[in-house]
Amino acid sequence: MSARLEIPAFDWLRVVVEPWALYPETTIWIVLMGWLVSLVCGAVGLFLILRRMAMTGDAISHSVLPGLVLAFLWTASRATLPMMLGALIAGVLSVILIEWIHRSSRVKPDAAMGIVFSLFFAVGVILVTAYADHIDLDADCVLYGEIAYVPLEPMWALAGIELGPAPVMRMAMVGLIVAGLGFLFFKELITTSFDPVLAASLGLSPKAFHYGLMIVLSVVIVSSFEAVGAILVVAMLIFPGATALLLTHRLRLALALLPMIAALHSLLGYHLAVWFDVTVAGSMAVAAGGLLAIAWAVYCIWARVARSSH
Amino acid sequence: MKPVLETHDLTVIYSRKPVLYGVDLTVHAGSIVGLLGPNGAGKSTFIKACMGLIPLESGWVELFGQRGRKAIRRAGYVPQRESVDWDFPVNALDVVLMGRYGKLGLFRRPGKADREMAMDCLRMVNMEAYADRQIAALSGGQQQRIFLARALAQETDLYFLDEPFVGVDAATEAAIITILRKMRDQGKTLIVVHHDLTTAAQYFDQLVLLNMRVIASGPTQEVFTEENLHRAYGGRLTLLTQAASERIQQRSS
Repeated sequence: MSARLEIPAFDWLRVVVEPWALYPETTIWIVLMGWLVSLVCGAVGLFLILRRMAMTGDAISHSVLPGLVLAFLWTASRATLPMMLGALIAGVLSVILIEWIHRSSRVKPDAAMGIVFSLFFAVGVILVTAYADHIDLDADCVLYGEIAYVPLEPMWALAGIELGPAPVMRMAMVGLIVAGLGFLFFKELITTSFDPVLAASLGLSPKAFHYGLMIVLSVVIVSSFEAVGAILVVAMLIFPGATALLLTHRLRLALALLPMIAALHSLLGYHLAVWFDVTVAGSMAVAAGGLLAIAWAVYCIWARVARSSH
Repeated sequence: MKPVLETHDLTVIYSRKPVLYGVDLTVHAGSIVGLLGPNGAGKSTFIKACMGLIPLESGWVELFGQRGRKAIRRAGYVPQRESVDWDFPVNALDVVLMGRYGKLGLFRRPGKADREMAMDCLRMVNMEAYADRQIAALSGGQQQRIFLARALAQETDLYFLDEPFVGVDAATEAAIITILRKMRDQGKTLIVVHHDLTTAAQYFDQLVLLNMRVIASGPTQEVFTEENLHRAYGGRLTLLTQAASERIQQRSS
């Protein structure tokens, strides 16, 4: 049997209409989850980009794995809170370890990052594979996520009214908390990002905000795990912010663009997945890449027009 | 009257090498003090140590006769222009507003009064027309003026400025020194890290020659002597004075 690369014909009815007409419930929750993941990760990621810490998102997304698995083994359940806590501890621990290594040795920060996150991740992978037979924690699911299963999760209900599947509701809550924190600490966030030394002299404590951001980042990553997994969450952290910053040089406008960019990621990714009958998370990341390329082209044309008009 | 700044036995060590060693210095209110010395003499380190931004090995710093974080909040700091990413997606007014945040406290957002005050500061450095401009689109001189406006917005009586004249054109340099003199005339004290010997005597009321230790300090006429400069700069001075006299010739021609 030989594998052949075949591009399925683009059937408008099958790819675009049927998901919304035949199984709207599934489609809505998947697309909503995709939108939330891209939006919330994108908002946190935008500040990572501004702080030149984009790869820290990558490092943490890998480092949380052992914490996740240990919490799972400890409680022998997939209860969210302990797993969130385990991941949080592993994430923050990895950040502290990275800083400690490059401060107390000649290892440079980027190398320290590589050492810590690959080691944490390796321990996590060993734990998953060692106990995979006994427990209900799928290595593939942790690494790549499976957003298509999101609608099958138990529903959250309030006073008898079904709100939505647990992962979507959790992500929405995390999103609201992130938005609230961003609103409350906006001035501290931009000051510590732009000029940490001035921020320190004003008494704003860049260190506290650094660790605060790392904690928020760990929480956001864990909430996105079920949908996109440890590896693709990085795409969701970086692509939305990078795309927005290519389109505008105004921070507030870039933040305002994020919901639209996230919607495009989710919708394009979902329908791409239906078209090719492949993983939704992977398709979302590819769609995000395509959108970034378009934003880049727009940026280049913009710059050329601006130059010629001078 | 208490001195504005007093340090005693100030010592800072970076990876086992002393950068500042036993620095004793007293600065009184209402003057522009130039902090001079060769590269690696510890000039930037000194003002960072005064602002409590780096740990001290020994010694103490007193601002307005007090120690600790509360005293430090009464001083403003203007970092080197190159120390930040000017591609950051904010506009000039956003940067000046940052000067207000120390007084605002947590959870409080800048209000109309803060905005008006920040606009006044932009006006003082002749940059009010650029308030909406993204900082990436500003020239080096304009960026330095924005930093100065931000310092003005901090409304403190003592300022530490790290190399404010680096990478700016002659017009901006003149504008900056005019603003600094205006600030001094309002009773503020400015401590300025500087490396251009050709302008030092002209710009500063007082000088501190630093090279790990204080070589000399006091009124400019007394400190700015060939002997003192030699002690601060060592053998490198001959090259420096040569370069300096060449620059003076270039300027006058």
